[in-house]
Amino acid sequence: METLRIEQTDDSPQVILDMEDNHFELSGKSLPEDVVDFYQPVLDWLNKYSEAPLSKTIFNIRLIYFNTASSKLIMDILLIFEEMVGEGHDVVIRWHSRRSDDDMQEAGKEYEEMVGVPFEHIVFDK
Amino acid sequence: MGFTGESKGFINYIYDRYKNLRIKDITLVFEGQITHQVMKALTGLVEEQLDEVEDEKVLRRVYHVMVESLQNINRHAEAYEYRGHPYPGMGLVLVAKNKERFQVTTGNIVEDAHAEEIALFLGKLNTMDQDSLDDLYKKQLREGAVTPKGGAGLGFIDIRRKTGNLLDYSFVSIDEETSFFIFTSIITR
Repeated sequence: METLRIEQTDDSPQVILDMEDNHFELSGKSLPEDVVDFYQPVLDWLNKYSEAPLSKTIFNIRLIYFNTASSKLIMDILLIFEEMVGEGHDVVIRWHSRRSDDDMQEAGKEYEEMVGVPFEHIVFDK
Repeated sequence: MGFTGESKGFINYIYDRYKNLRIKDITLVFEGQITHQVMKALTGLVEEQLDEVEDEKVLRRVYHVMVESLQNINRHAEAYEYRGHPYPGMGLVLVAKNKERFQVTTGNIVEDAHAEEIALFLGKLNTMDQDSLDDLYKKQLREGAVTPKGGAGLGFIDIRRKTGNLLDYSFVSIDEETSFFIFTSIITR
C-alpha cells in the first residue's frame, strides 16, 4: 500500500501511515478548521489497510493537543482498529503523553475504556 | 485635524476601557469576526506562555476552553446585521484572571429558538456530577456525529467536566428573533 504522509501545521497533526516501514503515527496538534476534511484520507487509508494488515500493527498517538471535534475523529480511527481486533488481528495503540499533561493521560485511559483495543501508555518529558 | 467634541469623546471612551482592563485584571479583549485564523491567533497568546509559567496545567485548560468557545462562535454565531450587511461569526472574547481563577467570556448573537436549546442544555450540564458528565461525553463521542458546521456536540460538555466549575450563561434579547448569548467558563488556578 502506498504510504500516506501529511506534514504537520500549526493546527493539524503529522500523519505517517507507512506499511513498508511498519510506522504508524499521529502527532502534534489537532484543531483543524474542518476535521472531517482533514481526517477523511486517514480513515480511507486505514479502512483499506484493515483488509490486509501487517501481522502486528503498532499505532502511535503522540498528540500535544486535540479539540473536541478531533476527539470524535480519533474515536473513528480507533473504531477501525477495534474492528481489526475483532477479526483477530494484533493491534496496539501506543498513547504518548507529556508527564505534565494529566488531561492527555486521562484522555488515553478514557479511549482505552471505550474501545476494544489494547493500549500502552507512554509518558515523555517534553 | 483638531479634536472635535466627538473625537475627544472617543479618546475618553478608549481610555476608560483601558483603565477598566487594568482594574479588573482583564488580559485579553477581542471584538470582531472570529475566523479560524483569529481563533488561532488569540489562543496562541495563551499557548506562548505555556512553557514559561508554573501553572502550565491551568493554562492548558484555559487554552482548551478558548479553542472550544471560539470555535462555537466561528461555527454557530448568527450574523450581525449592520446597515443591511450581514457580518457572520461576529463575537466578543474576554479573558480575565486573578489569584484564584481564570475567566473566559464570549458573547455572540443566537436565534431565540437556538437560545432555548442552549439554555436547557447548559442548565442540564450544571446539574450533573463528574461521573455523569464523563458518561455523557463518552456517549456523545461514540454515538454523535460531526455536523455540517464542523462541531461534534462535545464542546460544552468538555468545558464543564474539565473545569469542574458551573457554566455561567445569560441571554439578552436583541429583537423578536435573536438574543445576545454571554457564556463564561471559570478555570480554577
